[in-house]
Amino acid sequence: MKITPASLTVDKRVTCYHCGEVCPPVPVNEDGHDFCCEGCHLVYDLLKQNDLCSYYDISKAPGRAAEDAEKNAVYASLDEPEVRSRMLRFEDEKTARVVFHVPSMHCSSCIWLLEHLYRMETGILSSTVNFPAREVSVDFDPRKIKLSRVAALFAATGYAPSISLGDLEISAKKKRFNPRVLKIGVAGFCFGNIMLLSFPEYLSLGDLHEVPALRTFFAWLSLALSIPVIAYSASEFFIFAWKAIRFRSLNIDAPVALAISVTFLRSVYEITTGSGPGYLDSMSGIVFFMLIGRYFQDRTHENLSFERDYRSYFPIAVTALKNGKEISLPVTRLKAGDRIIIRNGELVPADCILLDGNAEIDYSFVTGESEPVTKENGEKIFAGARQTSEAITLEVLKETSQSYLTQLWNNDSAGRRNVEEHKSYIDRVNRWFTLGVLLLASSASVVWLFIQPSNALNVFVSVLIVACPCTLLLASTFTNASVLHWFGKYGLYLKNSAVIEKLATASAIVFDKTGTITEGNEGSTAYEGKPLSAEETAALALLASQSGHPLSRRIAAVLKKGNGRITGYSDHKGKGISGNIGGRFYMIGSADFIGEKKEAKTAEAWIAIDGKVKGKFVFRNRYRAGLAEIISALTEKFSTELLSGDNEAERENLQPVFGNEMRFNQSPAEKLERIRVLQDEGKKVIMVGDGLNDAGALLRADAGIAVSDSMNNYFPACDAILDGKSFARLPLLLRYSRIARRIIIVTFLFSVIYNIAGIYFSVRGELSPVIAAVLMPASSLSVILITTLSSRISAKRLFGAADGNHTAV
Amino acid sequence: MSAIFIMIGASLLVASGFLFAFIRAVKSGQYEDDYTPGVRMLFDDEVKTKPSNNEKPSTGL
Repeated sequence: MKITPASLTVDKRVTCYHCGEVCPPVPVNEDGHDFCCEGCHLVYDLLKQNDLCSYYDISKAPGRAAEDAEKNAVYASLDEPEVRSRMLRFEDEKTARVVFHVPSMHCSSCIWLLEHLYRMETGILSSTVNFPAREVSVDFDPRKIKLSRVAALFAATGYAPSISLGDLEISAKKKRFNPRVLKIGVAGFCFGNIMLLSFPEYLSLGDLHEVPALRTFFAWLSLALSIPVIAYSASEFFIFAWKAIRFRSLNIDAPVALAISVTFLRSVYEITTGSGPGYLDSMSGIVFFMLIGRYFQDRTHENLSFERDYRSYFPIAVTALKNGKEISLPVTRLKAGDRIIIRNGELVPADCILLDGNAEIDYSFVTGESEPVTKENGEKIFAGARQTSEAITLEVLKETSQSYLTQLWNNDSAGRRNVEEHKSYIDRVNRWFTLGVLLLASSASVVWLFIQPSNALNVFVSVLIVACPCTLLLASTFTNASVLHWFGKYGLYLKNSAVIEKLATASAIVFDKTGTITEGNEGSTAYEGKPLSAEETAALALLASQSGHPLSRRIAAVLKKGNGRITGYSDHKGKGISGNIGGRFYMIGSADFIGEKKEAKTAEAWIAIDGKVKGKFVFRNRYRAGLAEIISALTEKFSTELLSGDNEAERENLQPVFGNEMRFNQSPAEKLERIRVLQDEGKKVIMVGDGLNDAGALLRADAGIAVSDSMNNYFPACDAILDGKSFARLPLLLRYSRIARRIIIVTFLFSVIYNIAGIYFSVRGELSPVIAAVLMPASSLSVILITTLSSRISAKRLFGAADGNHTAV
Repeated sequence: MSAIFIMIGASLLVASGFLFAFIRAVKSGQYEDDYTPGVRMLFDDEVKTKPSNNEKPSTGL
């Protein structure tokens, strides 16, 4: 099968009216629309019958194929009384309500259809969508329709609900509203009224002796209004501060709680003894503004992490079987019931059942246990498993969670260490900072007691409030989250934020050759040697298709695969693969592996059948476009060199690019050694490789980047994955990491200056507590704004208006 | 001047009425989803072509 550029032009392909995927040569047709499969056609029919075709007008190709009828058996269990009672949120004789989680909704058409389900079944009364949460709340008449039928209806329209009994416990307990909003409301109400009541004090009208009763009346009313503030709205400060103290640690809530209680107690004292009006306006103001600040901080944090979930994670793809053909699907489009093929070395992206093949599963990502386990047909294999023998066919049980997979990536031992280090750093800063602030506040107020006692309380309180360690911590957290998002958009997917620093401080870059500076999928594959029979080529294709190695995949792409079975498949890392097919022993690999002593001129893979060498596949590689310019741009800032496992054949071609800094015939160990040598010279090394036979070197380098064209291979040993299409951006991407580092430093300085200025003014008694309460959240918010905006502006300026690589999922 | 005691008391009462309305509104959960209502309001109302035996669809949770 030769892939020619012409066949890849997008315009000529017929796409399904319902789901947008490519249609087979003879698509299903109705009413002048083409469909890719019966599943999509069925949904179209269903919608047409119920007069719901506006679905297609709102968004283009919004649908998914209907689920198989067999799935409905799963939904039958929903009618069992135990399960049903847990699923229903509400029930009486006429109405019942259930909330389904439908992760596949993604556009306005989905919302429209899911809210018009009442048109399809008379038993359904109404349905309401909560899009951000991907939930649909359905009210139905239990006398007319069963819960299982409701679920089946969802499935029939292509919006199968994702039901897992474990989730039920959690969702039932979830509060339906954000309690902090209530706290803010109550605090705001009381604060406003207390301030109004304090106006006479502000305007010094209290000197009017006419109605002293009024004064006491206002004072006591303010006191009454402040009770809900301190008892309810401010409760979270006290609770968190107390929790921290119990563990002999201090956090930011401690000084705030202290400030609030001191102000309150002093006010109570003054009001009950009639010696003054108290400071209840300050107290309630502090609570009100701090709560608002927290609310916005949390929301911004949520938005940023939501983005990160979907945008800065590498778009993994799997080979799926659709209608007997192999196609490449992004992992997030997998549905339960899909069949996928996982090759040697690839990761299983979702919980599956093994259908066919010899599965030797390595769960090192999930459990850390790297001893492969044999799985039988019909056994369940969990997401994150890695296949270590031949290609296997699996059926997906549950839709995949991309964040779960990337969590696995992040959580291997190196990743976990980074997270823990970061957490302990935060704890330390919190503790010392808070301690320092308490000392400063107390000593400042003591000093004021001697100079002007009336100021002492104000100084104490405002110092406590204005000093904020959160800006110091927020600076790096938010910048990192933002930067990771932008890196992802432009094709570089980092494992975690610590990698940014490593990229920014690097001084040397080492490149691998095959798959890294050469195009993974382009170039020609030709066979030289003794002629092979049809049976032999089919067997070789079968052997080659078991492995995920780029050269194997190229062989598999040019030969037609047979229907045989393979036994005894084994992969000798870096050297070759072998297996038994149809009673004969096949080997594909390097000259060493096969036993040939020939001096090689180009990249090649030798073939041996039953121990006899038959010939070799010769690969002509195309180098990535603009390689020379890219390397020379990089050489300005870094020292660059090439470490290749291949032979010297390409030395002449690469001379103008790398100069004399090239080493060939490197074994994985030699690559690792070279990196160690560079590091001993004091250089910080970035290794750019393909992740397959240079895993050791990638791990050893300060930052390991794996270049991937196929999206199928998943490289745990690296710190970042670079999309092959974005290779040309490498110099800019590295420059961006240096900019990111600068942004972190700048925001850090900003927060230091803010703290110094704030404390300066409050120690001098020039800062009122209420203003301090406004400044504190304002500073956090401005740090967030600065980092988000500057990382965005620099990204846009560096990479131009060109759209990122990221495809909408 | 003593009228002011009663006035303040009365206005506080009215104001707390609004506070309770606010509390009830937040508790009803209608502020949790701030995205979907914007999409929902852009849908066209369509004339139903077939008679339905449904009760009137209720709005909101």
